[in-house]
Amino acid sequence: MIIKIGAIKNVAQSKLFVISLLIALVLGALPFILGTYQTLLLAYGLIFAIAGLGFNLLLGYTGLLSFGHAAFFGVGAYAVAFAARDLGIKNMELLLLTGILSTFFLSVIFGIFCSGLTRIFFAIMCLALSQVVWVLSNKLYSITGGSDGMSVKWPSILWFDEYSGSGAFHRFIFDYYYYVLVIFCIMVTLMWLLCHSPFGKVLQAIRDNETRAQFVGINIKKCRFISFVISGSLTGLAGTLWVPLTGHITPESLHWPFSGEILFLTLLGGFQNFSGPIIGGIAFTYLKAYAVASTPYWQFVLGVALLLIVIAMPRGIVGLFSSLIARFTSRSERG
Amino acid sequence: MTLLETINLKKSFGENVVVNDVSFNVDDGEVVSLVGPNGAGKTSLVNLLSAYLTPDHGQILFKGRDITSLSVSERIKIGIARSFQIANLFDELSALDNISLSISARSGKTYTFLSLADRDTGVQNEAGNILSLFGLDDKSNIPAKELAQGERKLLDVAVAYALKPSFLFLDEPTSGVSTRDKAKIMDTISSAVRNEGVTAAIIEHDMDIVFKYSDRIVVIADGRIIADGPPENIRDDKDVISVIMGSQGNEV
Amino acid sequence: MDIFILQVLNALFYASILYLIASGFTLIFGVMGIANMAHGSFYAVGAFVTAWSLGFLQSRGVEPWLLVFFLPLGAIAVAILGMLIEPILLRPFYQRAHEYQLLLTFGVLLIIEDGIQMIFGSDPLLVDMVIAPFGSLQIFSFRYPNYNFVVIGTGLVTAFLLWALMYRSRFGVVLRATSQDMRMASAMGINVGKVYVLAFGIGSFLAGLGGAIIVPTQTAVVGMGLEALIIAFVVVAVGGIGSQLGALIGALLVALVRTAGVHFVPEIELAVLFLIAVGVLLWRPTGLLGNAP
Repeated sequence: MIIKIGAIKNVAQSKLFVISLLIALVLGALPFILGTYQTLLLAYGLIFAIAGLGFNLLLGYTGLLSFGHAAFFGVGAYAVAFAARDLGIKNMELLLLTGILSTFFLSVIFGIFCSGLTRIFFAIMCLALSQVVWVLSNKLYSITGGSDGMSVKWPSILWFDEYSGSGAFHRFIFDYYYYVLVIFCIMVTLMWLLCHSPFGKVLQAIRDNETRAQFVGINIKKCRFISFVISGSLTGLAGTLWVPLTGHITPESLHWPFSGEILFLTLLGGFQNFSGPIIGGIAFTYLKAYAVASTPYWQFVLGVALLLIVIAMPRGIVGLFSSLIARFTSRSERG
Repeated sequence: MTLLETINLKKSFGENVVVNDVSFNVDDGEVVSLVGPNGAGKTSLVNLLSAYLTPDHGQILFKGRDITSLSVSERIKIGIARSFQIANLFDELSALDNISLSISARSGKTYTFLSLADRDTGVQNEAGNILSLFGLDDKSNIPAKELAQGERKLLDVAVAYALKPSFLFLDEPTSGVSTRDKAKIMDTISSAVRNEGVTAAIIEHDMDIVFKYSDRIVVIADGRIIADGPPENIRDDKDVISVIMGSQGNEV
Repeated sequence: MDIFILQVLNALFYASILYLIASGFTLIFGVMGIANMAHGSFYAVGAFVTAWSLGFLQSRGVEPWLLVFFLPLGAIAVAILGMLIEPILLRPFYQRAHEYQLLLTFGVLLIIEDGIQMIFGSDPLLVDMVIAPFGSLQIFSFRYPNYNFVVIGTGLVTAFLLWALMYRSRFGVVLRATSQDMRMASAMGINVGKVYVLAFGIGSFLAGLGGAIIVPTQTAVVGMGLEALIIAFVVVAVGGIGSQLGALIGALLVALVRTAGVHFVPEIELAVLFLIAVGVLLWRPTGLLGNAP
């Protein structure tokens, strides 16, 4: 019996592996078909997918709604801007390291404050802490440039030289897309493993039933803390990857409406699925890009979209499609 | 040999004394039933012993060691586990995962981050065995929230059992279960517990079950122990029976 | 001395507005467990509707002293808005995870924030003409507009009325019963739907009233709702979410801290405010006067 279940799981997992590999290959081939602008958008999408994956480790798997994840994203981005300006670092790998370390430390500090709280108290604590960072980024303008922000030049990637001259924009976007794609694939794999590991199960157990989790001997606070740090660091990594693409960072990406956008994209994809925030990140990027381009009232469009999502597909895009697929396959099996 | 001992244990909420000066002990390998009217303080006593509540006064000894100040997780580490009156499960997780969670927590695998939980054959097999022991092997992939009431109660006990405790508290394992299934559940629990030599304290209202499955019966009323002895002695004590039965009359 | 009195008056003025916003937020949360993300935007709508209507009436030749009576228009508009949103949008989702209510109200927030710009344009609106008819009071070396006392008084009167409503009226009993156990209240024959829509309406009205009475002294600007929401969060976090007395004390504390902060550490006064919220949440997660979760 047990062996049979194991075999079924193995088949399902190898199927998943093949599908993921195919998607990765398609993502790898897309820049050859798409133009520079579309490639840029897709790179943004992958970056927001990483941010959403991090956020959803807390929301979907641990059952904690953070309203301060902009702080991690923004600090990851600011760390790159500082390192590039003040330390003269041009190498993307070193910038990544700086970004990850900074957001790791920030998540540890936030985590110490937040991991004892749940529900709305947790949300308000995250919000208050992130707003402190936002206020500081605005007011310490001698360091951060205040509301004008800071600009960031294109870094060098791996052994490639700096990007200049004609066609530099196109070359940079093209190369950087692959850079993001590789990191994206690594992070998706790691997070998938994490979510299906014994620790991932422990997080879900805490989400489902805190009391019982305590009564099987789980140290709830410690597990929440670890989950928080991983979540914050991953969202921070997204911010780190994001800033070389925009070339500019302002306190807006530390402000709480940006935390709302991370929440938005996660729910758009569906927080009850592992792949929800990935799809959500990409879909949100396109939705926002086209809403911003077509109307000055893009927030209005996003708001209406949000209401429609909640009303018409509360389990997000992934939830909608998986129930459609389930309905379709059961019908074809019957027929 | 005495496994667990309480000395003058006391707990009150405001004016209301729920556990009043309770001293009793449980021997290794015994199955003890705690009976008494509703609100007598049975669940409060179990809550005190499992560290869900902190006593105002008194001591709890386990294997001769004072454990009064130990936390929930520390008591689980030394081998005290409990089940719950209202099935308390990880609802979104499968029945198998509910059990494997206990096993991996017990065997220190909580902080394993990058290996697949369902590839750990050791844990999976043990969880599968426990599920079959409780007659739930055909439910292993079903989320706990979709199980029937009786199955949920069984799984609740199985989650505690999977911690391999030396002392197991069972808070009304058959409440909310149809009369037909009660005996089945108690047979399952009783054989699981006795095979492993687990000491158990069971809160139970159904007196037929109490007389059939326990080695000893402790009767509690108004937070105090009013009788303590083997089933045959309690059965013959008319005063005690009227306290217990009277309460059941009220319940209906 | 003069400056001290002036600052205290300013703090009370600000506390009154904060209390109006926070009491509505905490009422809605207390009764139906919804953290209304659009609450700050309700406040902004109250300000814009009042500002626009008073401006319109003035252009039709209505005397300033008469305009005063039209100040509550904004609050009424918001109450109607709230009483439409609750049954249409929120009610179908009470059985679902509370994330959905958060999302729905977040969607409403986005719509209102841009909706304000669509309807009223992005120019700030000010209706300071209603201040003059009230005159002003000489306090030592400065003159203080009497209108500000009206605002402070509105806060006090509202606090009293809310207390009377909650603890001295039949509706208050129903409201408290519903907030403690919605199913039980429903089983006892209370029309929970009606209670919810009224509670949401009152909560929205309070936010709208805050906006309506501040707009003669401060311009209605795009984005004012977002700031109000965040400060309201801090007020209820400090005071204790769901507690009316908590909202009052939280509003007073936050107003005092901000007034002192602007005076002494103007650069980072907001940071100080958020740090205080952090401190209170660490010390007492349920706020100074909140019940245990």
